Amino acid sequence: MKLVLDRIAHRVGAEPYLHPLDLALHPGALTVLLGATRAGKTTLLRIMAGLDAPTRGRVLVDDVDVTGRPVRERDIAMVYQQFINYPSLTVADNIAAPLRRRSVRLPDREIEVRVREIATRLRIDGLLDRLPAQLSGGQQQRVALARALAKDAPLVLLDEPLVNLDYKLREELRDALTRLFATGSSTVVYATTDPTEALLLGGYTAVMDEGALLQYGPTAEVFHRPASVRVARAFSDPPMNLLPARMASGTLQLPGDVRWPVPMAGADMHVASTSGDLSSCTLGIRASALRLTSRVGDVTVRGTVALADIAGSDTFVHVHTAMGPLIAQLPGVHDFALGAPIALHVDPTRALLFDSAGLLHYAPATRAQ
Amino acid sequence: MARIELDLAHAYGPNPQHDRDYALRPLRATFDDGGAYALLGPSGCGKTTMLNLMSGLLAPSQGTVRFDGVDVTARTPQQRNIAQVFQFPVVYDTMTVAGNLAFPSRNRGVDARVIRERVGRIAELLELNGLLDTRASGLSADAKQRISLGRGLVRDDVSAVLFDEPLTVIDPHLKWQLRRTLKEIHAELKLTLIYVTHDQVEALTFADQVVVMMQGGIVQVGSASALYERPAHPFVGYFIGSPGMNFLSAANVNGTLTVEGVYVAAAPPQSGAFVIGVRPEYVTLCASDAPGALPARVTRVQDLGAYVLLTATIGHSDQGSAIIRARIPGDLPAPSQGEAVWICVLGPHSCVYTTAQLGELEGYV
Repeated sequence: MKLVLDRIAHRVGAEPYLHPLDLALHPGALTVLLGATRAGKTTLLRIMAGLDAPTRGRVLVDDVDVTGRPVRERDIAMVYQQFINYPSLTVADNIAAPLRRRSVRLPDREIEVRVREIATRLRIDGLLDRLPAQLSGGQQQRVALARALAKDAPLVLLDEPLVNLDYKLREELRDALTRLFATGSSTVVYATTDPTEALLLGGYTAVMDEGALLQYGPTAEVFHRPASVRVARAFSDPPMNLLPARMASGTLQLPGDVRWPVPMAGADMHVASTSGDLSSCTLGIRASALRLTSRVGDVTVRGTVALADIAGSDTFVHVHTAMGPLIAQLPGVHDFALGAPIALHVDPTRALLFDSAGLLHYAPATRAQ
Repeated sequence: MARIELDLAHAYGPNPQHDRDYALRPLRATFDDGGAYALLGPSGCGKTTMLNLMSGLLAPSQGTVRFDGVDVTARTPQQRNIAQVFQFPVVYDTMTVAGNLAFPSRNRGVDARVIRERVGRIAELLELNGLLDTRASGLSADAKQRISLGRGLVRDDVSAVLFDEPLTVIDPHLKWQLRRTLKEIHAELKLTLIYVTHDQVEALTFADQVVVMMQGGIVQVGSASALYERPAHPFVGYFIGSPGMNFLSAANVNGTLTVEGVYVAAAPPQSGAFVIGVRPEYVTLCASDAPGALPARVTRVQDLGAYVLLTATIGHSDQGSAIIRARIPGDLPAPSQGEAVWICVLGPHSCVYTTAQLGELEGYV
């Protein structure tokens, strides 16, 4: 399905909830709506669904203007944060419910086949005869997802569907969902506040902030080449280290009298702009670009450990330095005493530079290109 | 401060017969004086039951709780001298922040000068010192929870401070600062701290020793690095790390190792059938003639910024091929989807489990 938002804007009272925006979703693909709470993701989803009419602009579905057409007249599946099942119906009947409610009812045989198929793909096919109360939390969420997805709607809208689950369940269900979306033909929109989730989902990402659509493109591209400091801030976890810088005689001056060599433009660099003003710019260093081992050409930053946050597969080290606070992402488990001295090394060609207006000047090239 | 010893089991219903009748199966555990512990596990694993048995909110259906060798099983939380911090703030709205912090000590008749000093120190650690004379009622949920934490930590004569998911209401961006604060407080005040959570970051960051629980039992007690490097049970390998550990079926066939039905040029670590566990971070791409190389086909490539997550299928066992995940560092070249590759899963970081242990994990998942 082709969904186009044409100069959409939304206000509630005097307050703008969405600034005017254009968005043409990639048909048949997954689009992640990424942004913090109150960025406007749910407002935008509700407009896409027809639950709300925008104050201005048009919603086009397959080139037909459907602005103001209510949700029940559209073929849409919507999944919310809170999953709800019918407690007195079996898992099979829960999943079949929306198929049976349709105006043109499917034959029972076909409903049964569809229920079994979606249940198999979400790995709940062994539970079809049970009641929701007999299931674990994660299994109940799978049932609710299966019900929303069974009707195979051409447009599937998911509003932070995994946010209330613990991280292991989230991991497993996200995996099941992405496999499901990859083989289907639906246009899917998935709202999340979690940058890592956006990367795991892949597809395309639309970054939102304070009611504005900041950037839309293939997920990896938006991540590796954020158009602005705002996008970089919204689409990085741990947060990108953003340092105020000043260009002076060919080198960048950073806080704490650190001099940062500016890399020569080359094959390993993506130059976004050649004209921006760099008198008061911003240097972006990804947490993962900082290392404990040094290599030739590195810039070395010394500091003390504020905290080593151990996240299982990675350790996020918060460090006080003369340049300001930095976060380093180190693979594996690293234990540091609070206040321990630490030296971090970074290849200066791996940094991003944003000009005085906050727009991307250059970014390191990636293998994705 | 006290050393806490548990030798008990707990069932909420009468006459427990089977493992599944127990919220906590019979177990022994020791929590050393002045240690920082986390009880980590999914919902329903028994961690909150264990915390309530320590505090005295709950009496075990069998066995004993000892503080410094003294049997306290029949004692109330007050008699055990336990401080507790819950998921949601418990604050007296009509009192000032200072009044709230002083309340537990004042209640016990502690000298006013001692109280003032201690309240000042705790307020400083929790960054509440600017708010001491403010009434608690108007404060944010975040500030109120810091007051709750402060009330739990203000007395230095408690046997232990117990935390039940204390950072739930804290804004995600502020959580790491409170994790730091809790570590600072532990380093400075040397209290016995016991912290219940289902969040691996909170457990691994906060605790010197993490107690990993599953289905009413303890599966491993260890440091963050021990749980990461040497999971004692497949459940620990699965639950810690994102994604968790890979598990591959292996066997010693007449002195030759097979992994997922593929003969591998390496010595089998033991006889019979067993399971090899290897974390995605330790799966490497290698040459076809490298020792232990396994043929695999890449089914999915996810660019996660800091690294690329590969999903591949390996082996040709009758049950179909196994799925394996590998984390390829961001500065190394990564293969593309559909590509045939060779991977290595054997090395100093691979672990060996029994098929029965893996069965317990699969029964759980």
